[in-house]
Amino acid sequence: MKVSLGPILFFWPKQKVFDFYEQMLQTSVDTIYLGETVCSKRRELSTAEWLELASHLAESGKEVVVSSLALLMAESELSTLRSICEKAPVKVEANDISAVQILSEKGLPFVCGPSTNIYNARTLKLMQKQGAVRWVMPVELSGHCLQTILQQAEEMGFADKIETEVFSYGHLPLAFSARCFTARYLDLPKDNCKFSCIDYPEGILVKSQEQQKLFNLNGVQTQSSDIYNLLAQKAEMQAMGVDMLRISPVEEDTAQIIERFNAVDQSKQNMIPLSDEFCNGYWYAKPGMDTVSEFDAI
Amino acid sequence: MELVCPAGSLPALKAAVDNGASAVYVGFKDETNARHFSGLNFKEAKVQSALSYARSKGVKLFVAVNTYSQPDGWAKWQKAVDIASNVGVDALIAADMGVLDYATQKHPDLNLHLSVQGSGTNSESLSFYKNNFNIKRAVLPRVLSLKQVAQVAKKSPVDLEVFAFGSLCIMAEGRCYLSSYLTDQSPNTCGACSPASFVRWQETDAGLESRLNDVLIDRYGEGEKAGYPTLCKGRFDIDGEISNVLEEPTSLNTIGLLPELDAIGIKAVKIEGRQRSPVYVEQVVKVWRQAIDEYQRSPDGFNVRPQWTKALAKVSEGAQTTLGAYSRSWQ
Repeated sequence: MKVSLGPILFFWPKQKVFDFYEQMLQTSVDTIYLGETVCSKRRELSTAEWLELASHLAESGKEVVVSSLALLMAESELSTLRSICEKAPVKVEANDISAVQILSEKGLPFVCGPSTNIYNARTLKLMQKQGAVRWVMPVELSGHCLQTILQQAEEMGFADKIETEVFSYGHLPLAFSARCFTARYLDLPKDNCKFSCIDYPEGILVKSQEQQKLFNLNGVQTQSSDIYNLLAQKAEMQAMGVDMLRISPVEEDTAQIIERFNAVDQSKQNMIPLSDEFCNGYWYAKPGMDTVSEFDAI
Repeated sequence: MELVCPAGSLPALKAAVDNGASAVYVGFKDETNARHFSGLNFKEAKVQSALSYARSKGVKLFVAVNTYSQPDGWAKWQKAVDIASNVGVDALIAADMGVLDYATQKHPDLNLHLSVQGSGTNSESLSFYKNNFNIKRAVLPRVLSLKQVAQVAKKSPVDLEVFAFGSLCIMAEGRCYLSSYLTDQSPNTCGACSPASFVRWQETDAGLESRLNDVLIDRYGEGEKAGYPTLCKGRFDIDGEISNVLEEPTSLNTIGLLPELDAIGIKAVKIEGRQRSPVYVEQVVKVWRQAIDEYQRSPDGFNVRPQWTKALAKVSEGAQTTLGAYSRSWQ
């Protein structure tokens, strides 16, 4: 089973992005997704610079995929998307159906990202026929759902034509909005947001009035404040036929997390107990914020 | 311009039809639609009577099968599509590509609309749905500004319907899992956001508290108006400051935008609220029918009447209305 690095969901300064990827080249990660998926106003790197970076990283022999925007609301955003689909030196990850439309029209292979809403085998087959070579399950679906979809794909005779990737570590992307919650928190209009999310490299923590950690504001995206962690489910996923585990970049320790995901063997002795900053409820068809230990689950 | 109105029950449907709806949309009594609340919606036989009543008055009936089918429940979604087609509804409103694909293959004559839950926010995405499922209309998510709606309308390969009045989703529809993060049920999977079975109200020394699956969503002081704990409308804490971090409880009201919506070619306006009472439906539909008729009689002299605003404010959530994303300042 391979390990991938998802796109950086936060807004980081250009040099920090370059340094981060140089460091990632030194890890055992198999696939690197990169590009802006959250907000089109974030332009520390231009589209051309992202594509150049993709070419450069691909020289290392690692698989590189350019990820595209999830919520496209303006013509200018569609133009950027068209340009990415046209010029990307590597495969593109579609995070909206507009990208599926453009890529399938060009006859290019692509990856269906976690926000393309593939909830069943019939939809998966449709995407595969359009040119999808890999898909990422929506984060709110359970392990049981995934298993059933993969069994049905087998019965429908296309399971070997598409790879399956699971979001396995990181703040869960839970919602997209037209409104920027970082700007709202700072009392700035979105039109003049001063790109202030650059000051929050891992988002803004939202707690309940009882100090229960809930969400993480990342511009127009709302994430879970807890880190989703499926390290302990690796063996289960392998048995199901999952091909790739996605790790979503965090500011510190991403390299070590990759190594842990790559190193963990399938025996239960190596299971790592989950601390309270982790959650895994979605995998067990429970509220996403829940933490189910292996013992509870069995 | 078509006026598309909600109905969660036969009395609500009659209220919509009798007060000037051009079309009424309904859902079945299960998780195949995005307003899966207990005591709401229609069984197969009731859909038949709803259709007969609507048709007798020249009004169309749409059925929403607009949640995402999960593998264990596929038969349920398939059956919902079959019933809608067999009954002969005027349109099926769907979001899931698997459901749309099934409807296209099995019932090629069924008129398909892309639900707001399908997240079609731009012309390329609408082209995909048109090319693959031959949708005739799309309902735009409530995240677009008026300028953006105009841009989409210019290039859209299908007719467009927009939300005109009702509850406001701050998040892009079909792209929000906040509810399942706290409760295990989301609009996409179960047709429920912040489901009632997880809601708890509690009088405490600190005030009236609303909870969703035990998570404190809001706490109300004396004299403060308490609202349903839809989680994006709660008051939360950032760095010691308590506020409506995501959204305040307000309603969408675009009645003043009728001329602009018509000018950019919007074919239908939609009233939200299948979960609301027949009285809500009656009042809202009546006002919007008057407004559309008056606009069509005299497009240049259209003015929002104070009594319309007053009547709509009475039934609005949070009792204040906004233009939502249509006004750029909101973004």
